[in-house]
Amino acid sequence: MRALLSRIASTETSPATDVAGALRPPSPRRLHGAMRYWLLIMPALLLMLAFYLYPIGRVLWISVTEPKPGLDNFALLATSASIHKMLVTTARISILTTVITLVLAYLVAYTLVHSGERGKRWMLLGVIVPLWISVLVRAFAWFILLRREGLINNVLIASGIIDSPLSLIWNETGVVIGMVHYMLPFGILPIYANMNDIDQRCVAAARGLGATRGAAFRKVFLPLSMPGVIGAGILVFVFSLGFFVTPALLGGGKTLMIAEYIKVQILEIVRWGVGTMLAATLLVVIGLLLAILGRIIDLRKLFGSV
Amino acid sequence: MAFPAPGNISVMTRSMAWAVVCFLVLPISIVFAVSLTDQPYLSLPHDGLSLQYYRGLLTSRAWLTSIWHSLVIAIASTAIAVTAGTLCAIGCWRINSRASDAVRVLMLIPIIVPTIVYALGIYQLWVDLKLIGSFAGVIIAHAVTGLPYVVITVSTALAGFDPKLEQASQSLGASMIQTLRLVIVPNILPGIISGAIFAFIHSWDEVVIVLFIAGRSVFTLPQRIWDGINESLDPTIAAVAAVLILTTVSLLFIDIAIRQRRSQ
Repeated sequence: MRALLSRIASTETSPATDVAGALRPPSPRRLHGAMRYWLLIMPALLLMLAFYLYPIGRVLWISVTEPKPGLDNFALLATSASIHKMLVTTARISILTTVITLVLAYLVAYTLVHSGERGKRWMLLGVIVPLWISVLVRAFAWFILLRREGLINNVLIASGIIDSPLSLIWNETGVVIGMVHYMLPFGILPIYANMNDIDQRCVAAARGLGATRGAAFRKVFLPLSMPGVIGAGILVFVFSLGFFVTPALLGGGKTLMIAEYIKVQILEIVRWGVGTMLAATLLVVIGLLLAILGRIIDLRKLFGSV
Repeated sequence: MAFPAPGNISVMTRSMAWAVVCFLVLPISIVFAVSLTDQPYLSLPHDGLSLQYYRGLLTSRAWLTSIWHSLVIAIASTAIAVTAGTLCAIGCWRINSRASDAVRVLMLIPIIVPTIVYALGIYQLWVDLKLIGSFAGVIIAHAVTGLPYVVITVSTALAGFDPKLEQASQSLGASMIQTLRLVIVPNILPGIISGAIFAFIHSWDEVVIVLFIAGRSVFTLPQRIWDGINESLDPTIAAVAAVLILTTVSLLFIDIAIRQRRSQ
């Protein structure tokens, strides 16, 4: 994903492959030519089938067969109080993260398309470099800042603004801060890519016809930028739902989201049935969200020119 | 069409946007300050700067072993991902049919599926195949999850490559392998290198899969950082984190430099 988005950032349009395809004459001499090219695809395809799709298929299978065949595991979604609580926490944190990320990302993307060459370059650098820095390192940085005896609390106490340390970590506040920090580039880049395609003359026309600056933005620019916002929103939400590292480190085991809950089920309590059921549920939800997304905007566009 | 002059948005919008970018960048830089602390615990330097934790890092057997393990795994998995991914992207580009489009989409799945779901699956499979705690196990898992990055970057590079060159090569009598080696690969090399850099960073930073399948004998750097944050809070972690950031940033700048040279 990060590679795709980095690519979006350098939005030089690439020549369409279709044109290339049209230029290629069908050559009867190389009828089994296509077969040879399938040979090139084979190593990657086999790796993917054997070591990616097959293991995930097993996870789905275990979810309906462990400890006994049937949908008993899935019934827990409705009956188990602890799972309920965890699902609500996951949904709440993911929604909150997505909303905050989108607002901040929109602001940055909007400024990006209205910046000169130099400003744009620096701002994009400030977005892309964090994107590639280890998620563990980023969570660790927040850990240093947000701890009870961390920098933020120390500074606030030293300057007399507060008397006792705020609890910024091991609760939802810490998790949301860390997650927004991680998700921002994933929000900014798709919105930016979409805004780049908007014909600014539409806004100029609205202004020329007498719309105020605010009205031109609300009635013309904002609606045109919605596909990017929706795309980025679903992307960020999907990533938030299954996010492990940051919630686990900044939640400190108290704010449990689904990914960590699954890890506990498998590695600590060893309840494969429950763990795989939750993994399967996560997959289904993400699949549905992407299906919706696919109906709203062209997924390929979001994923660059792959 | 040109965008309106840069000054066309309010100063407030612009400064808020820069504030968000600062929110992205500044917290990360705290790691450098803390890594230079002279205190025995995680904190800002008090009476002066000290390189003791960098020294500690370079003399600690445990950390050095982890760096070594991470390097071996990242290099091996990158090699596999780059080879398989490049061939796959070239094949898909050349076939250019519905089926090959489907293959390209398939290659993107590891980016969308949450790592935790894959970690469960590969953990199960490696238990059966007795690959838990083996280098081979981690290398394969990282190679497969690194594939998308290579397929994407190489596909992008191929989109800008003139297929007539390939036809010319073949009609002049070159075999498929010669064409690949002498015509296609040199032309898309920047894309391949980008893919390699991204696949390398992916493996170098990956922690979720490793937590499940690394067992006791393989102990990568992210895994040791993870344990460190959860257990000891030794400031050495800050030194390691600083080194990791520098590594990633330099790799990114190499990538940017290569892409700029190509576009000139």
